[in-house]
Amino acid sequence: MTTVKMTHHLYRYFPHLENQTVTVPSGPVATVLRAVNDIAPGFTDYVLDDQGALRRHVHLAINNTLVVDRKTLSDHAPDGGTVYIFQALSGG
Amino acid sequence: MSDMILLGTRKGTVIFDRNNDGWHPRPILHSGIPVCYATRDPRDGALWASLDHGHWGPKLSRSRDGGDTWEEVSSLKYPEGARHIQQYLPTPDFDPEAPAGRPQYADASVYKIWNIAFGADNQPGRLYAGTIPGGLFVSDNGGDSWELNRPLWNHETRGGDLFAGEATSENLWGGTPASIDYGVFEPGIHSIVVDPRDPNHVYVAVSSAGVIETTDGGQTWTGSSHGMLMDYLPDPAVEWGHDPHFVTQCPGQPDHLWQQNHCGIFYSDDGARNWRKVSKPDLGIHFGFPIAADAQDGKTAWVVPARADSERMALDGGLFVARTTDGGHSWESFRDGLPQQNAYDIVLRHGLDASGDDLCFGSTTGNVYLSEDRGETWQCLGNNLPPIYSVRFG
Repeated sequence: MTTVKMTHHLYRYFPHLENQTVTVPSGPVATVLRAVNDIAPGFTDYVLDDQGALRRHVHLAINNTLVVDRKTLSDHAPDGGTVYIFQALSGG
Repeated sequence: MSDMILLGTRKGTVIFDRNNDGWHPRPILHSGIPVCYATRDPRDGALWASLDHGHWGPKLSRSRDGGDTWEEVSSLKYPEGARHIQQYLPTPDFDPEAPAGRPQYADASVYKIWNIAFGADNQPGRLYAGTIPGGLFVSDNGGDSWELNRPLWNHETRGGDLFAGEATSENLWGGTPASIDYGVFEPGIHSIVVDPRDPNHVYVAVSSAGVIETTDGGQTWTGSSHGMLMDYLPDPAVEWGHDPHFVTQCPGQPDHLWQQNHCGIFYSDDGARNWRKVSKPDLGIHFGFPIAADAQDGKTAWVVPARADSERMALDGGLFVARTTDGGHSWESFRDGLPQQNAYDIVLRHGLDASGDDLCFGSTTGNVYLSEDRGETWQCLGNNLPPIYSVRFG
C-alpha cells in the first residue's frame, strides 16, 4: 500500500480527507491518483488537466523524488512509500 | 429592473442586493478564489460563478437558492484527442520562422472559463461557456454536463479537424494576452450572444479571431467581421485575427450589435453583416474593454473609455462613462459622481452592465459605481473590493 499526503489547501474541497491517513494500493502514480479519486470523487480534476496530465502548478513526489513523467504519470509508487501532492507557491 | 448585482472578483463572488434603503453587499462568497465571471440565469434564477483556480484548474460553481449554497458542477473538459495548433508566446527570443514551417500541436485543456451565456426561453437547460483556448462548450441539462462544439473547434480557420490528424489548413486565430497568466498564448471566447428571435442564431467573439456566427445551431460557423479594422496591421481589414474586446446585442432590436474593440468602438445595425467604427478618438471615446447595449433601443450604448492601448487606465486621471443614443454618430460623456482626480482605474471587458435605467461598472482597482439614470449620474457602491473582473445584474 502507498500513503498519500497532500497540501492542506485541498482539504477545503475534500474535507473528509482531512485528519485521515489516505492509503491506496501501490503502483504507477496515475493509478494511485485514481484510487484517491474513488475515495474523493472529483479529486483528479483538481490535480490533473483535461487530458490527464499533471496541472502546471502541481507537483508530485514519491518519497523524496519528484515525479518525472508529468504527462502519463507512469512513475511507480512502491509498497510502503508515500506520494506527496504539492502546489506551487504564489502571490497576490 | 434587477435588484441584484453579481461581481466576479480576484478574491471571490460579491453580491449586492437592493432593498428599500439602497444597495448592500453580502459577505464574500468563494472566499479567496478568483472568480472571472458571475451571472444569473434569468430563466430559472440559478447563479453561476466561473472559478479561476490558479492551481486546481477552472471550475464552475452553481447556486440554486439565490447564493446561500453553492455546488461544483461536473468539470467542463476538452474531450480526449482535442488538440490545437500551438501559439507562441510573443517573447523577445521568439523566432517567427521556426513555428511557421510546421505547426506544433498542444493537447487541449481548459485554462479559463471566460464567459457563461444562456439559451432562449424555449431551450430550458441550454447553457454556453466560452473558454481559453478557444473552445465553445454547450450544455443541455442545466450545466450538469458539457460538450465541446466541434464544428467551431475544428473550423478551417483553426487548421481543420485535428482529431483526425494533421492540420489541413492554416490557423488564422491569434492568442489573447489574457492567456499569458496561464503560460500560453491561445485564443479565448469572451462573448456569446444568442439571438432572442432564433436560438439557433448565435454569435461568439474571440480574441484574437473576430466575430463568428452560426445560424444552424452550431453546425456551421462563418466569420462576421466585415468592417472591423485592425489599425496595427499592414492590411487592417483582413478577415481573421481581430481583437473584439466584448460584443453585445440589443435584445429588443437584435440586428443592432455593439463591440468595444482594441481598435475602437464598432456598431452594426444589420446583424453583424457589416460593422462600422463609431468611436471618437478626439473625445477620448475610442479604446476600452466593456460595452453595454440598451435593452430596447438598438442605437443606445455605453462605454467606459480608457487610454489606448499601451497604458490602459483612465484618461487624465478621471473616470467617465460615454453614451450614444444615435448609433455612435455622437457621444455624451458623464462624470457626475465619478472621481476626476488621481483615478487610474481600468474596467475589464465584463466589468460593465445595464439593466433598464440602471448601469453598474467595477474596476480592477476595486471600485464599483452605479447609475440609476441611464449613466448620467453615479454613486459609489464600494472602494475597497478586490480587483473586479465582471459585473452583471442578476
